[in-house]
Amino acid sequence: MSGRGCWGRLWGARAIPLAWLLLTRQPVRLAVALAGISFAGILMFMQLGFRDGLFDASVTIHKEFDADLVLISPRTISSVSMSGFPRRRLVQSLADSEVAGITPVNWNLMIWRNPENRSTRSILAIGFEPNDPLFLDPELKIKAQALTQQGRVLFDEQSREEFGPVGEWFREGRTVETEVDGKRVRVAGLVGLGPSFGADGNLITSRETFLRLRPGTPPGSIEVGLIRVTPGADPVAVQARLQALLPQDVSVLTKSEFEEAEKDYWRSSTAIGFIFTLGAGMGFVVGCVIVYQILYSDVSDHLPEYATLMAMGYPLRSLLGVVAREGLLLAMLGYLPAYGVGQGLYALVRAATKLPVEMNTTRAVVVFSLILVMCMGSATMAMRRLADADPAEIF
Amino acid sequence: MASSTHRNGSQANGSNSDGSQPPATVEVRGLCHWYGEGEMRRQVLADVDLSIHPGEVVLLTGPSGCGKTTLLTLVGGLRQVQQGQVRVLGQALKGSSRGQRQRLRRQIGMIFQGHNLLRCLSAEQNVQMGSDLLPGLSYRARRDQAREWLRAVGLGDHLAKAPHDLSGGQKQRVAIARALAAHPRLLLADEPTAALDSRSGRDVVDLLKGLAREQGCAVLLVTHDPRILDVADRLVEMEDGRLRLSPSSAPLVALA
Repeated sequence: MSGRGCWGRLWGARAIPLAWLLLTRQPVRLAVALAGISFAGILMFMQLGFRDGLFDASVTIHKEFDADLVLISPRTISSVSMSGFPRRRLVQSLADSEVAGITPVNWNLMIWRNPENRSTRSILAIGFEPNDPLFLDPELKIKAQALTQQGRVLFDEQSREEFGPVGEWFREGRTVETEVDGKRVRVAGLVGLGPSFGADGNLITSRETFLRLRPGTPPGSIEVGLIRVTPGADPVAVQARLQALLPQDVSVLTKSEFEEAEKDYWRSSTAIGFIFTLGAGMGFVVGCVIVYQILYSDVSDHLPEYATLMAMGYPLRSLLGVVAREGLLLAMLGYLPAYGVGQGLYALVRAATKLPVEMNTTRAVVVFSLILVMCMGSATMAMRRLADADPAEIF
Repeated sequence: MASSTHRNGSQANGSNSDGSQPPATVEVRGLCHWYGEGEMRRQVLADVDLSIHPGEVVLLTGPSGCGKTTLLTLVGGLRQVQQGQVRVLGQALKGSSRGQRQRLRRQIGMIFQGHNLLRCLSAEQNVQMGSDLLPGLSYRARRDQAREWLRAVGLGDHLAKAPHDLSGGQKQRVAIARALAAHPRLLLADEPTAALDSRSGRDVVDLLKGLAREQGCAVLLVTHDPRILDVADRLVEMEDGRLRLSPSSAPLVALA
């Protein structure tokens, strides 16, 4: 037997597609198997999607910032407990020739009163100088002009509904006024950011208004300092120089470190990651059991036929190859509906929770790999049944 | 694997070149076989001697349970030889490995009582499972051969039919086509006519004999069926694990 013939049989490229024909001989059983695999895949997509979505949601605002480097207080643990640091540290960073611009930002949780039913809820307030660049989105620059007047705020219309129908009223042209920390504010525009772990809603205002709403804040203190480097400069090199330049009462982070620190907080100090990973693991186990059952009974049903092939002189490994190909086919056919339904459910979850749950390549590949491992592992287990195929018994 | 093919090949060439009587396809000497172990050990074959030459059709008869099928599985390399000498196509089977026997089986066609076709394949694909064992042929060539064989057994109109759409006789003919498609040098058949009526049973053995003869293939056929005894070149009877040889075709004439 030539090597090519061997590979041909192994991969079915130049031989009868035995694995496919064995699987499709009983369409109902195949459908059940695919439903099981798809279900397991959907479960994994959902659990991993929720997990990543929740972590991504924790940095919706972090990601928006127009910054290469970020200054925060070393005492800051997460976005819900930001500590202040002297604003002059941010100004000091301008001493570096490759720092192009800075934006001081105040960041704190405040109490928002629902203008419709007067209930109160905690909201994340961000204060900045309306003429400074804050977000990457250029639209904010235009909207921010409205903040130059005192007592004006931009409301995040993707905030949860408990904050009141602010977006709706504003679009209708009504004047939306309410209280933040007991002081009157007027909504001067809408932005779209989305809720996160720490905050169910967001508002943006001028530094002046921010300090009026929170009179206790020392005027020289900020929570976040955004630094932009000159085009072509290496942010990491600038970061190293600033770390050497500035005293120990501030931390210099790159933007991605800033995001990661926030995600890390939620990852390590909450049970969320564990719970959803466990959920995905359950999906994996359920899938394994289903595929193993299907392949095992498939091999058992066809045992006399496998024995016949062995009697004809087919080597055991070519029969193992048939079972392996069955596993591969199940993985591929079961993954496609899982991917499709996963997309649909993500859209549903986005609409219902406003969490940024989206399909991404990494997760698509991870789930496919898990399904592949599940099917090939089960196929390997089912192959042990092949050892029972005794060609001497078929006469 | 390549070396074993080579060995078989050179042996075949050698026998052709010296021009003498070619070596026997099957050579069995002093074969004994037992089933079970310890107290339960039971002898099924005792001191069996048998030779089959290329192109010869040998019928093996005897009451059921006398060890016919066991002999067939031993000659076919489906069981490990316990005691005695079995040479098939020049290869000694005593002490052979699983892999050696598996490679030997590629040159042995087998036809089973229950036809044992693959249910998920069409008639044509079943036969192709046989021709797929031939090395160095393209998919198209193997498929064409399979079709050729089905036409030879008179099933040219049933290529795409699934086994359950064929009658018993047709299924057995597909099984014959499958066994012959791998160009075997030895054909083993276990009661190929058991499930067939007398007419189709007759057709099947005639076909078997004709095709085997064309291929120069030795045939060992186990049967109970008295209606087909006359196809044999030689008739061998077995009783209680021993052979009662009929040295010439004389008893056949009497039976026929």
